[in-house]
Amino acid sequence: MIAATRTFLVPFMRRPVAAAGLGILVLMIVTAILAPVLAPYDPSKIDPISRLLPPNAAHWFGTDQFGRDILSRVIYGARLALLIGVGVVSFALITGVPAGVLSALFPRFGRVMMRLIDVLMSFPALLLALGLIVILGRGVSNAILAIGVVYLTTTSRITYGLTLRLRTETYVEAANSMGAGAFWTIRKHVLPNLVSPLLVQASFVFAFAQLSAASLDFLGLGAPPEIPSWGNMLAEGRIFITRAPWLLFFPGFAIAITAFSLNLVGDALRDRLDPRFRDMLRK
Amino acid sequence: MLRVSDLSISIGSPDNYIDIVSSVSFEIGRGEILGLVGESGCGKSMTSLAVMGLLAKGGPWVRTGRAELSGFDVIHAEPYERVEAGHGGIAMIFQEPMSSLNPVMTIGEQIEEAINVHQRVTGSRQNLTARDYLEMVRIADAAMQINAYPHQLSGGMRQRVMIAIALACQPQVLIADEPTTALDVTVQAQILSLLRELCDTLGLSILFITHDLGVVAQLVDRVAVMYAGRVVETAAVDRVFDAAAHPYTAALMSCLPDPAHRVRRLVTIPGQAAKPGQITKGCAFAPRCAYAVDICREDPLPYAMLADNHRALCLFPRGVVR
Amino acid sequence: MIEQPLLDVRGLSTDYTAKRGGKTVRVQAVKDVSFTLAKREVLGIVGESGCGKTSVGRSIIRLAKPHRGEVIFSGKDIFTTGGDALKQLRLKIRMVFQDPFASLNPRRSIGDSIAETGDIHGLFASKAERHRQVQQALSNVGLDGSFAARYPHELSGGQRQRVGIARAILPAPDVVIADEAVSALDVSVQAQVLNLLADLRESMGLSMIFISHDLGVVGQISDRVAVMYMGRIVETAPTASIIEQPIHPYTRTLMAARPKPDPRIRIKAGIEIGEPPSQFERPAGCPYAKRCPLVTTICTTDDPALRTIAPGRLVACHNV
Repeated sequence: MIAATRTFLVPFMRRPVAAAGLGILVLMIVTAILAPVLAPYDPSKIDPISRLLPPNAAHWFGTDQFGRDILSRVIYGARLALLIGVGVVSFALITGVPAGVLSALFPRFGRVMMRLIDVLMSFPALLLALGLIVILGRGVSNAILAIGVVYLTTTSRITYGLTLRLRTETYVEAANSMGAGAFWTIRKHVLPNLVSPLLVQASFVFAFAQLSAASLDFLGLGAPPEIPSWGNMLAEGRIFITRAPWLLFFPGFAIAITAFSLNLVGDALRDRLDPRFRDMLRK
Repeated sequence: MLRVSDLSISIGSPDNYIDIVSSVSFEIGRGEILGLVGESGCGKSMTSLAVMGLLAKGGPWVRTGRAELSGFDVIHAEPYERVEAGHGGIAMIFQEPMSSLNPVMTIGEQIEEAINVHQRVTGSRQNLTARDYLEMVRIADAAMQINAYPHQLSGGMRQRVMIAIALACQPQVLIADEPTTALDVTVQAQILSLLRELCDTLGLSILFITHDLGVVAQLVDRVAVMYAGRVVETAAVDRVFDAAAHPYTAALMSCLPDPAHRVRRLVTIPGQAAKPGQITKGCAFAPRCAYAVDICREDPLPYAMLADNHRALCLFPRGVVR
Repeated sequence: MIEQPLLDVRGLSTDYTAKRGGKTVRVQAVKDVSFTLAKREVLGIVGESGCGKTSVGRSIIRLAKPHRGEVIFSGKDIFTTGGDALKQLRLKIRMVFQDPFASLNPRRSIGDSIAETGDIHGLFASKAERHRQVQQALSNVGLDGSFAARYPHELSGGQRQRVGIARAILPAPDVVIADEAVSALDVSVQAQVLNLLADLRESMGLSMIFISHDLGVVGQISDRVAVMYMGRIVETAPTASIIEQPIHPYTRTLMAARPKPDPRIRIKAGIEIGEPPSQFERPAGCPYAKRCPLVTTICTTDDPALRTIAPGRLVACHNV
């Protein structure tokens, strides 16, 4: 755990850009948690009198076509963004890591599993998510599931490759020569060595999950319209793009900066990694 | 031919540096092979890279010293300058030939390339072809092998090709950094034999970097032993083996298992090798030396000049006879 | 009464499959290898890369799957065993690996690495017992007890190799297979580790199979030497005889090619002795025929069997 924490923090100390990325990320998490305190208005409160106001002293980010405060909606949107990110990353790791590790250690299982992953990977990411939503139905948890499946493929692929390489390490052979079984090898030799590369992978999945979720919302297939999500705000505001560009600017900016800062964090972690694994993650 | 004098290579900034190679001097005559010997981390490869002008920017840098090829300083000159100045060049071969060869070009094309580059820079036409060079490095049926790709060759053949490419640059000095370490003994013997032949017939001078004392004994003419970034002893090869003056050299010799003279226990050197820059006062070997006394740990050491161009960096050089 | 050997390897053959030019081919890494190892004996196996010496070691501890042959350890065939007997094999025959950097998991402490076998097989009754045994193993290889809490990257190559040895000897084995165990080390460190192995052999009564490409180190530590070429043993003899009077033409070439630390024996220009052939192209007859100075017609058709030519000396050659 200490090693993991160190792996996580060291790369940020000397790199101001990466540190900024981490800072924005922390800000987003705090915003999401403290949303009820920070938001000046109820994000769903309709106020027909103050419709489509540009940014002003009362409404810093302006208001939308129903007179709802955009700042409050962006702040609440961070909650959903965080939920989607954590949900997708968890799903991808919980399913992808075992799939990858077991495929690498049991070649016969691996042949079937990896062909399955190949099939899933042959779909464009968004198309795959869309298809799954059509089957599963609209909703936040289904969106997480659909995007999760997309990133389960890359996560299991990376885990598979890393495990294949670890399996040929001399210390794993040494353990085999002492009679170590598969689960001993996984627990003592494979998983501890996967922690840092997977941390990197998690930060990228988190970033791409934001973009995918926003796309689903935008297409009206993600979170239900009553939930203030950044993607929904874009979808609803798009017809006002010329009259009231702030409707799109602020949620769009929130999506972009979140994804960007996560990518910075991921890059910093990756550069810090063992060079042997660095090449594999760079695609 | 090649004279390296007072070469120091440092890491860190010019105000706050650590010498990883310090005041290294040696010279190599025409047709002579100098063995630069030492254990890993002693600075022998760093020295060769500096002489070759291959130290990367931002890494270790040459703090002091010169490397003169026929009187021309090669360290501070760009490679084309030294060739244009009519001083030929220094070529280098490495431990792992595969990583120095282009996998998608035939070996003939790669030798040709070296010939062309050399011709373009010097303006003088060579009348030797790629095939001549392959024959020079004793590759059987050169006419056929010329169209082979590197992966089709064995490790020994690849090293021969590397030597052929090096020769195509018509160097005066060849730097060979552990060129046979990755090879099997029977292949090694043939490569060493080839290098000896090239020295004798072409008058090529070789700086041969190795950790293997057996190879040193059989191949080189003079030896420079390095420890912790310094040359601790230089002498003709037979003097080094028969009358090592520096305690480190002597200890290294006795560590070596020799099946012809089996001993029950091998002699060992206590402690661990000092890293360059770790010991700045007195002799770097003093903590491990069986003969060290107090002043060894105090003063900067002078080289003791012994007979026959034999120098040792020791206050009490010994005529240790094996 | 003839003493029964501790380890008796009979007719061991190991194949592996390799991809070559898109095709899967079977390569015979070890072909019909037989030898014995007595209690407290050190057998050196020497040969060039690809000769199968590493595969012999790996086959014995079943890291590679042998496809034919018998390995009899303390009177029991351990190739067909499973369960408890297999566990005994894991504890009694131990391996020391070549690369001291790769053979320790960088994320596990030295203590955990040394204790690994015990942890796998539940050998330790208590934490205190585990600690005691790890400390004992460390002290046996000449390392301070404080090393248990350190990590591999803090250690030098020689120290790591000592840890590798400590890990091998913790369960008090009978046989240690050392595969190029000193090849990656500097000469001064190599001498220390060779002495350590010799000491452990004395104090623990170990038998050893010492695999190396370096005749110098093999000659130093071994009682008997087996020379391998293309998966076969071509000569076995007591160490002194093989060094003073090699018989098989390949052994002679090997001895002659070894760089001797004596400046009076200089390398000559024009040495041409050929290179080891590819494992993918095993010729009919004697595998060494192509390079052999003594070659006759029978060599290209019949693969010579290992035969006794003097007490304790076996040579596989038609012409000696």
